[in-house]
Amino acid sequence: MAKITYIDAAGVVRTVDGEIGSTVMETAIKNGVPGIEAECGGACACSTCHVYVDEAWREKTGEPAPMEEDMLDFAFEVKPNSRLSCQIKVTEALDGLVVSTPERQA
Amino acid sequence: MRATNEPIKTDVLIIGAGPIGLFAVFELGLLDMKAHLIDILDKPGGQCAELYPEKPIYDIPGLPYTTGQGLVDALMEQIKPFAPTFHLGEMVETIERIGEPLFRVATDSGKLFEAKVLVIAAGGGSFQPKKPPIPGIEPYEGKSVFYAVRKMDAFRDKDLLIVGGGDSALDWTLNLQPVAKHLTLLHRRDDFRAAPDSVNKMRTLVASGAMDLKIGQVTALQGADGMLTGATVKGSDGTTATLACDTMLPFFGLTMKLGPVATWGIALHEGELIPVDTATFETDSPGIFAVGDINWYPGKLKLILSGFHEVALMSQKAYRYVFPDKRLVFQYTTSSTSLQKKLGVA
Repeated sequence: MAKITYIDAAGVVRTVDGEIGSTVMETAIKNGVPGIEAECGGACACSTCHVYVDEAWREKTGEPAPMEEDMLDFAFEVKPNSRLSCQIKVTEALDGLVVSTPERQA
Repeated sequence: MRATNEPIKTDVLIIGAGPIGLFAVFELGLLDMKAHLIDILDKPGGQCAELYPEKPIYDIPGLPYTTGQGLVDALMEQIKPFAPTFHLGEMVETIERIGEPLFRVATDSGKLFEAKVLVIAAGGGSFQPKKPPIPGIEPYEGKSVFYAVRKMDAFRDKDLLIVGGGDSALDWTLNLQPVAKHLTLLHRRDDFRAAPDSVNKMRTLVASGAMDLKIGQVTALQGADGMLTGATVKGSDGTTATLACDTMLPFFGLTMKLGPVATWGIALHEGELIPVDTATFETDSPGIFAVGDINWYPGKLKLILSGFHEVALMSQKAYRYVFPDKRLVFQYTTSSTSLQKKLGVA
């Protein structure tokens, strides 16, 4: 298990247990964390699981792959720390990860 | 648009050409019912073709592995004997009950249908253009901000701002550049998903001074009474600038919206799903069925395989509406000569 913290656009903080091997998107959906829609179900085929990775964690989560970068074109208010949460795998190294969700997904 | 043409008459009209709409053609066809399909996308396959054509699917019975497009292609092959008619790039707008049951259906392009049975297989609803969350954009929509190009001439001599980096943004950039007074393409990064050939053509136009390319994202709009005068653009370096323009075309892809389904007079579950009877998959409106992801019943699972089962049962009840005087005899494709004849194999 790894603790994942989601901060929504209003500043509400939710910390849940993420299963190692699942994704940051799946962890949010499974735990009823709002702010992530995941319309395509995690296929990197939409951009409705857009999150901002906390600066302290950017190195550990890494940069988006080219296909993910393409999908981010469909997201709004994309920032340098934008990622699609379906493409971030929960690992032991990400225990304590903090992400924020944007005001709107689509 | 006002429909003036003669209605297209069919036994069954299927709304949505995703995998479940396609397999409905097969099950209806085995029972001699002819179907027309309408879909807002320009191709059959629904989400499978639009969202995840190359993604794996592992839970289709008897197919250990396929892809979104692979499944669509196989279904198209399977329903070939029943020669369904597709009406693509159209959205159903209104449904009117004119008999018991008989429906008159109109699409957004003005096409009219008369069908004895309606099958709503609309999945998550219809794919519609995503709207950027720019504060105060609403008054401009349809006046100086457009999400689609219906007629190129509407953009003649305009000071155009096209936003996006995919094929839609690039195609319209290339098509509208010759007719516009001035055109700026704005994208959040200097890297494009669109076909490399289109990107090269665009870059040549930029190099020759025929159009502008800017990197950044729109954060606010300027103008009055729905008429745009400029857009505030935040660059990748965080600086903001104002771009003069009188028309903006944002291309941010598609999203699924329930759309007009909500206005068809059918009871909805939690405002977005259509409750059905699990013996027939009929809605509370006799003659209108709902199958696949758009329906709801206790225990519903949004799986393609559930939808396949649903259309088989739906077809049994639909038969009674289409052929009220005939008796339906249950048969297997393995052993029935008459079914095999319909499939073109006997």
